[in-house]
Amino acid sequence: MSEAIAMSSLEDVVSGRSELEVNQTSAPDDAIIQVRDLSVRYRSRYAIRDINIDFRRNHITAIIGPSGCGKSTLLRSLNRMNDLIPGAVVEGKVLYHGIDIYSKEVDPVALRSRIGMVFQRPNPFPMSIFDNVAFGLRVNGIKLTKDELHRRVRGALEKAALWEEVKDRLDAHAYSLSGGQQQRLCIARALAVEPEVLLLDEPTVSLDPISTAKIEELLISIKKDYTIIIVTHNMQQAARVSDYTAVMMPDENMVGRLIEFGPTKEVFTRPRDRRTEAYIAGRIG
Amino acid sequence: MDDQVLKGGEVLRQRAAKRRKVNDVLVPLAASIGVFVAIAFLVSLLLYVVSMGAGRLSPSLLFEYPSANPREAGMRSAILGSVFTVGLAGLICIPLSIATAIYLTEYAGNKWWSQVLSYNIANLAGVPSVVFGVVGLGFLVYGLGLGRSVIAGAFTLAILTLPYVTVVCVEAIKTVPEDQRFGAYALGATTYEVVRYIVLPRALPMMLTGGILGISRALGEAAPILVISGLLFIREDPTSLLSEFTVMPLQLYNWISRPQLAFQQLAAAGIIVLLAILLALNSLAIYLRQRFYRRLEEG
Repeated sequence: MSEAIAMSSLEDVVSGRSELEVNQTSAPDDAIIQVRDLSVRYRSRYAIRDINIDFRRNHITAIIGPSGCGKSTLLRSLNRMNDLIPGAVVEGKVLYHGIDIYSKEVDPVALRSRIGMVFQRPNPFPMSIFDNVAFGLRVNGIKLTKDELHRRVRGALEKAALWEEVKDRLDAHAYSLSGGQQQRLCIARALAVEPEVLLLDEPTVSLDPISTAKIEELLISIKKDYTIIIVTHNMQQAARVSDYTAVMMPDENMVGRLIEFGPTKEVFTRPRDRRTEAYIAGRIG
Repeated sequence: MDDQVLKGGEVLRQRAAKRRKVNDVLVPLAASIGVFVAIAFLVSLLLYVVSMGAGRLSPSLLFEYPSANPREAGMRSAILGSVFTVGLAGLICIPLSIATAIYLTEYAGNKWWSQVLSYNIANLAGVPSVVFGVVGLGFLVYGLGLGRSVIAGAFTLAILTLPYVTVVCVEAIKTVPEDQRFGAYALGATTYEVVRYIVLPRALPMMLTGGILGISRALGEAAPILVISGLLFIREDPTSLLSEFTVMPLQLYNWISRPQLAFQQLAAAGIIVLLAILLALNSLAIYLRQRFYRRLEEG
């Protein structure tokens, strides 16, 4: 996606941009999301604390760590899905193109159409394959002719490597697909809205190895057009697909902390933190 | 020493096992006795009513006005009164309940007053129906000057069934899986769109079922209508919202309270008609639910 389009649609996200301070930080130039001193608590209990991390455009960043380290909480705070969870309070900043997504001027609905999300368990809607993919386009009020709509749906299904399997039965119910196909449908559904960033929360945890491989392949194939952030339990998966890896670990109070972040190769071969080394070696988690 | 402990433990374990086996037999037995008593009671009631009233079932029962002569009397005005008030009550109550439930679950969040509202709605479901009648009499009949009319009765019945139907609607909304909702939000849907496209299609069948069951409860209510309408003997069709009216349970009450056997038989026949209507409504509820769910699963 070109910069011009990205910026123009950003104006949909932010109304009254001039009033906002655009934060200048020492982040790399291609950091599309910058997380600054982010803490999230559920009522009074902190789930993650003091997270600082930059996510780079057109790269895949993996977030790994043992259960309960706050990986999913961090991911959900990047497109304000935490807003939907009762009692969740976000402190600190998440800058998207330099704009704090938690400032009052940002509309979370528009934000989520720029930063899409795929969940642990495939969650297709109870409707046809076609309607699932078209759902995001329809709710975002994108006016398309029948042909254009069909082309967008086809494009999304092709990117999600599902087109060949479903092209003859787009009207079939989404539940008639296998689990792996359903998850790729959910990816296609997210891609159809043409977001800039795609968040994936353990997308292959309920899938068999073949379906998992297909999804990993497709993620690598689309990263030239998207920024991908994937939470995974599976260290091999992180090593296979990601360019950067963030390692999270609960501290002694069970509050999730970011303990290591860097290029995937370095994190896996020369971890700086002893706990990372232990985790990768299978001694923690 | 070790052996003894082991043996003691073994004995203990056997006893526990025996008691658990006995429980496995006794509990279902006790539970089934409960079911049996309930069904036996229901069946004997039904048999009594049918044996008493079957002979009096005739078109005149449906199409004639009440009369001092039990052989000519019918419940035309009561049937029409019931259909009008209860139907109108449904039209008021079901949309209102759905809206209330959507507000409570999707919009009000966890704020304290939404909790207060929920508790109060649940409490309202336990208020005796005659109290609703008294409130309706004071507020609708006299306060708003609606008189002892169909519309006053309909509103009273609607408010009476509202708490029950709202509770069912809230439960229906809770059956919509959270991941469906999150999936839609993650695509940039607004709360309205999530409700319109995700929550309602899935919850509506259960909501309608609850609505129909609520209506069939209203159909059997005598007490609040007795207070509102006060009339037990009407020889006129209700023709407008402001007409005076009576309903089937009141007509039955009128007949039952007469000493003559012929009126007793007439009442029994009327009960059969009322039961048939209730059965038809409940069947409709079941049919709707099945049909909607099939459509949802098969696309």
